[in-house]
Amino acid sequence: MAVAELPQTVVPDSSFRKQVEEKSGENLSSCYLCEKCTNGCPLAFAMDIAPHKLMRCVNLGLKDEVLKSDTIWICASCETCTTRCPNGIDIAHVMDSLRQISQGEGIKASQPQVPTFHKAFLASIKRFGRVHEGSMAATYLLRSGGLKELMSMARMGLDMFKKGRIKILPSRPSRKVKQIFRAAERKE
Amino acid sequence: MIMEASLYPGCSLEGLAKSYKESLQSVAKTMDIKLSELDNWTCCGASSAHVTNDKLAVALAAKDLITADKAGKDLVVPCAACFQRLKVAEKHLKDGKPVAGITDRYAGNFHVKALPDFLWNDVGKKAWKDKVKKPLNALSPVCYYGCLTARPPKVTDSRNPEDPQEMDNVLRSLGANVRNWSYKTDCCGGSLTLTRPDLQMKLSQKLLDMAEEAGADCIAVDCPMCHENLDSKQQEISQESGKSYNVPILYLTELMGLAFGDPDVEKWLGRHTVDARPMLVERGLL
Repeated sequence: MAVAELPQTVVPDSSFRKQVEEKSGENLSSCYLCEKCTNGCPLAFAMDIAPHKLMRCVNLGLKDEVLKSDTIWICASCETCTTRCPNGIDIAHVMDSLRQISQGEGIKASQPQVPTFHKAFLASIKRFGRVHEGSMAATYLLRSGGLKELMSMARMGLDMFKKGRIKILPSRPSRKVKQIFRAAERKE
Repeated sequence: MIMEASLYPGCSLEGLAKSYKESLQSVAKTMDIKLSELDNWTCCGASSAHVTNDKLAVALAAKDLITADKAGKDLVVPCAACFQRLKVAEKHLKDGKPVAGITDRYAGNFHVKALPDFLWNDVGKKAWKDKVKKPLNALSPVCYYGCLTARPPKVTDSRNPEDPQEMDNVLRSLGANVRNWSYKTDCCGGSLTLTRPDLQMKLSQKLLDMAEEAGADCIAVDCPMCHENLDSKQQEISQESGKSYNVPILYLTELMGLAFGDPDVEKWLGRHTVDARPMLVERGLL
């Protein structure tokens, strides 16, 4: 993955930091760039902006660079950064907040298949109460890569089926789950 | 005395991780533990909810905690991802913060327990010391805990998030020659398995390599997602890398069943992609 080209001179602007702090409840300005998050991150090698640099970008107000980065979609939420941050910043949660801000502002994700996956996953929960793995994966593969992508996984799917690892029928829908979705998705 | 607890299986244990549920139920019965599945449990929201909507992520998991609260027994959670999401919601409910779509009172007089913690610290080895028919002396596993039973400790209340011991202790008590390694809680690629399989396989391959370097003949796991990532992609990893992989990935409860001489062990192992049976026959365990 290419390393993002970041501007060399920046006029700092705190409005983006404030937006992220309000959304996440985390104190981002306490970051002193020790790089512990980046050094422990199993996916830093694949990111265009390393986690500690991403924190710096938020603090400087480089909103576009942050929200369009690969980093926010490549982070696997393993929580190593959160566990080790000496200033107690829940960095994995900041990543969640950045993804939500990015989606909320209609920014095209640099890894568009990631939000497509999460949408398919949540749709399965909303519909059946529990995730129905088979239909969820099929929906995701079709939406992200079309029939070709779906067929590429067919052999693995068939093998799983033969081994009794595919649940055939989905669960009964849950009224309570649908109610939770409505309440959580309501705009304030 | 019969020990009782509630069980939150999670969606994977009905499908991909079926043998995890089967083996858990069987070994629980052997140890006289009554695990009652939570009534009408639904998905905890897994990684998709917290990425998308904070309120949804807490509320979906909180719903099942309310059910567990009414049942009044400790809640055992075999899936690492479910465990962590339920712990996040538990902290939220205990702090009395509002939860979308939920108005029920929450007393919280029970613990949310990851399975290895429950087995080692609550059940304890006395429960199985008379049940062992085939000690696992010939087996050299490494224990792989993955991310989410351990991290972040402010949520999981993990005693030792960088070097957990529960699975190691359980397997050692069954006679296994448990190997030490530094990759117990390194990420397997988790939810990137469908979205960035290239990255997931790279992370999983590292774990397979390090298990080999530690002198292990199999990897013991406690998370359905980790199992899936490590077990089902080995053929593809072999093709991509030119190095051949055939490392059995076994659920902790399957290994307990093996030691207890459970008649269903072969059925469970038959569900995996990498067949552990030839290695176990060679070790005189099957």
